[in-house]
Amino acid sequence: MADTGCELIPVTTGEFLMKVMEMKAADYRLMQAHAVSIENGYELSYTFGKDYEWISLRLVIDENEEIPSITHIYDAAFLYENEMAELFGVKIKMISVDYHDKLYRMDDTTPMKTL
Amino acid sequence: MASKKSVVPFGPQHPVLPEPIHLDLVLDDERVVEAVPSIGFVHRGLESLVKKKDFKEMQYVVERTCGICSFMHGMTYCETVEHIMDVEVPVRGRYLRTIWCEMSRLHSHMLWLGLLADGFGFESLFYQCWRMREQILDMFEQSTGGRVIFSVNAPGGVLKDMPSDMLHAFVEKLNGFEQELHHIADIFLNDYTVLTRLKGVGILTPQEAHDLGACGPMLRASGIARDTRKLGYAAYGDLDFDIITSDDCDSYARCEVRIKEMYQSIALIRQAVDKIPEGDIAVPVKGNPNGEYFMRVEQPRGEAIYYAKGTGTKFLDRIRIRTPTFANIPALLKTLKGCQFSDVPLLILTIDPCISCTER
Repeated sequence: MADTGCELIPVTTGEFLMKVMEMKAADYRLMQAHAVSIENGYELSYTFGKDYEWISLRLVIDENEEIPSITHIYDAAFLYENEMAELFGVKIKMISVDYHDKLYRMDDTTPMKTL
Repeated sequence: MASKKSVVPFGPQHPVLPEPIHLDLVLDDERVVEAVPSIGFVHRGLESLVKKKDFKEMQYVVERTCGICSFMHGMTYCETVEHIMDVEVPVRGRYLRTIWCEMSRLHSHMLWLGLLADGFGFESLFYQCWRMREQILDMFEQSTGGRVIFSVNAPGGVLKDMPSDMLHAFVEKLNGFEQELHHIADIFLNDYTVLTRLKGVGILTPQEAHDLGACGPMLRASGIARDTRKLGYAAYGDLDFDIITSDDCDSYARCEVRIKEMYQSIALIRQAVDKIPEGDIAVPVKGNPNGEYFMRVEQPRGEAIYYAKGTGTKFLDRIRIRTPTFANIPALLKTLKGCQFSDVPLLILTIDPCISCTER
């Protein structure tokens, strides 16, 4: 079996939660989520898997745009979302277990927010 | 009369924790009601070094993510970059990577067995496991010059070859290792005292394992047959193996799966040594990465995911490393709910936590 690579599906903020719920309903597991700093914003990837198939929802947001947490759909997302908020400064509301920038003990604020 | 709940801080310093993680355990008498984790005591920010080290130098940074599966981190990074740059690694290079990967799994699982034995107070068993592990480290030293960090990976292949006589000598050594493993495995799987500590403790159902995104032996011990090696990266596509699972879903099952995977690793090394062709071990890599790629491999602790993005300069824009321990923390919290306080150290051990990886 060859790894066919991760399919990237662009989504808008408006359709993001609905897409995540569709993933949950289709029995996909959450594999990871991460942020990349881009000019004036972020490129977020939420990766879901089912058996060996995997898909990433790609969400591009402005620097000050707030996005909803997916922890009420996928409990296990709380660590990924806290990391994105703390290292990059992504604004995420209603994370079920919110560490409020205390996940990592660091002197710097949002050290991986660049550009 | 309603019992009184209390919160007991567990870690970051604790005899079963070689690395720091903290849990706030909410207890109802001796029963754990809830566990809230705190990590980040030693966060290193390795991913952010991508801005200071070029994509070839980053391999040496990335393999320092972990002192146990350092080879696999280096290899996964290289495979990610190779996919972006459309580089085809020579077959011999891919086989060498596979052999070092399985040696890494052997010594990682043996290290874990030792820590587990230490966790339930079987000191002599702990020493026996770590004594056996030294044999694998000796093979690493003989083949790469290093016992922890090997630096044999590079985008395009591997930097050192293993001659045929060395490979066959390793197989001979592994035959002896396998005989010793029978004795150790018998204790872990059949000793009455060990069974009382592991059987029925820390149940994680298949549905919970799936929903919480568990991976590796933690997932397979809950009866889900998923092993990223089946995707055929490195030379795994040429090798024949079955996915090892258990339906018991408890701590014993996690121990059983890891022990069986050690036998499987030895069998995979034998197969690889039989099939490895002569030829080049690397190809030159020209240019800079331009594009992005998600890569996943099966590390000893489970599935690791790498993401890299480059824009045509020698510095990558981003590297993301999702380590298996990071993915298994939610599953750990589930197994802790409802357990006895005395089982907490053992349950933490059963996910085979690597905080060094998590604090990349």
